[in-house]
Amino acid sequence: MTGTATGWHRLHPLSPLVRSGRTAVGVLALIGITAAAGLGQGGSHLYDGIIAALIAAGAVVNWLVTRWRLDGATLCIETGLLRRDSRQLPVARIQAVDVVRPFLARALGLAELRVRLAGSSHADGRLAYLPEQAALQLRAQLLAAHHGLDPATPEPAEAILAQVPAGRLVGSVALSSTSLVAVLLVAEVVVVFEYPWLLAAAGGMLVVWVLGLAPLLWRRISLEYGFTVAQAPDGIRIRRGLLSTVAETIPRQRVQAVRMIEPLLWRPLGWCRVEIDVAGSAGRDHAEETSRTRKALLPVGHRSTGWQLMRLVIGAEPPQLSAPPRRARLKAPLSYHFLAAGADRATAMGVTGRIRRVTTWLPLAKVQSVRLVSGPVQRSLSLATVHLDAAGRDVRAEFRDRPAAEAARLTEDLAALCRTARQRA
Amino acid sequence: MRQVQVAAAGLGGALVAGTAAGLAAGAPAGAAAAAVVAVAALVTLWFVRRRVRAWSYTERDDDLIVARGVLVRRLSVVPYGRMQFVDVTAGPVERAFRLATVKLHTAAAASDARIPGLERAEAARLRDRLAALGEAKAAGL
Repeated sequence: MTGTATGWHRLHPLSPLVRSGRTAVGVLALIGITAAAGLGQGGSHLYDGIIAALIAAGAVVNWLVTRWRLDGATLCIETGLLRRDSRQLPVARIQAVDVVRPFLARALGLAELRVRLAGSSHADGRLAYLPEQAALQLRAQLLAAHHGLDPATPEPAEAILAQVPAGRLVGSVALSSTSLVAVLLVAEVVVVFEYPWLLAAAGGMLVVWVLGLAPLLWRRISLEYGFTVAQAPDGIRIRRGLLSTVAETIPRQRVQAVRMIEPLLWRPLGWCRVEIDVAGSAGRDHAEETSRTRKALLPVGHRSTGWQLMRLVIGAEPPQLSAPPRRARLKAPLSYHFLAAGADRATAMGVTGRIRRVTTWLPLAKVQSVRLVSGPVQRSLSLATVHLDAAGRDVRAEFRDRPAAEAARLTEDLAALCRTARQRA
Repeated sequence: MRQVQVAAAGLGGALVAGTAAGLAAGAPAGAAAAAVVAVAALVTLWFVRRRVRAWSYTERDDDLIVARGVLVRRLSVVPYGRMQFVDVTAGPVERAFRLATVKLHTAAAASDARIPGLERAEAARLRDRLAALGEAKAAGL
């Protein structure tokens, strides 16, 4: 069947193993536990065995009935035994090709290829798994065909924009959890000081908290280890991961907004985190976190690097910012020191935050709606907030606490500016 | 819509409270309970009136403006081209009064353009107009 005469290819024969890997490990662990506890009385082992065999058989059948072919302008993927599913992915509409390597696959030298088409956020075509080399080759072929080049053209080189050294990543995670740990410690000390007989219980709680925190920290480090941002012809390419590695490409036109976050403890070091919001709903493709609509563009880095990346993604210079009037201090005493906002013909930017500074920057062409909101306190000070909403949940730039007259004018002007920006785009 | 609803509910509530209290504790208590409920209904009616009056919408060439709110005033400008879909809903009470609610959805979760209590014919007209304009001016994400 692997005959190249028909052009159809199978996936790698080890795919079923990798695919059912997690479930198989889980079932094996279950068997191990019941056996160790001496609970399995023969019968239950039998059922466990049957379940494991069924899963394995399912994966093998799935492998047997799946095949793919690249013929000129379309990539066809056929799968399914009972419900045959045949997909034609027109190469011209390909938006991004991601290479994902889960841990087990990586150990076996395999990789998964995910093809995303324009107009959808989840992976429309998934080839799990191909030999690593073949995956990269197919990726280059697809991209070359997409740009109308000879399929043999090698993948164009990508320019690396930023890399996150492991030390800085660990340091940043430590710093951002320091504040949390400090708060917990203070709480502990207060409790123990007030009620000394609770010492043992409080100590126990602290251990529990730390144990709860550890997996979170580990997750961040393992997901963002070796973070590399590069500029490729088809968008911004991000590689990351310690055990499982992910290489994803974000087409620039799908970026709705960028956000720079500067936590309190990072600021003395001049560090920041840059996130981007990408269009689309976080769909069914929830493996390996490529489906999230809010992604880190730079988990931690110097502010200058952050600004450079944001400029590149938005493709413009930041607009002039202005602060709200002094009377806004009465309404927002804790965040007034950060509040600022501004817009020009192409983009808008708003700065908010109490302890950490959050700068949101979005192209006006992506704005979904303009909202003017004024609460009772704001009205008594004749202030109002203008929101620019972009696609997604909670993606917006805020002109917070502007004078009421200016806000009303801004709403009109921004609506008009967004219209022209949309027409230009 | 809500006005009628509140008035009816208030009157009904007053009657029920009055009779119940009257049966349980004599006529004076009954009258007092009825009065309290009636006053509460009037106050609510006043709030609802203000809320309904503050709700307005304007159809412009390129966008729809929805203003609402008494305490917190909100004004949303939603370009027709950004509309993903239009919802027309009518709950049981709305149906009883031949009313409907039109809601505009954009890709942003925060865009807040809901117009309740429209006459059914007006709701249908608005829906069709929005759909037509949305198609004419559609813009990608």
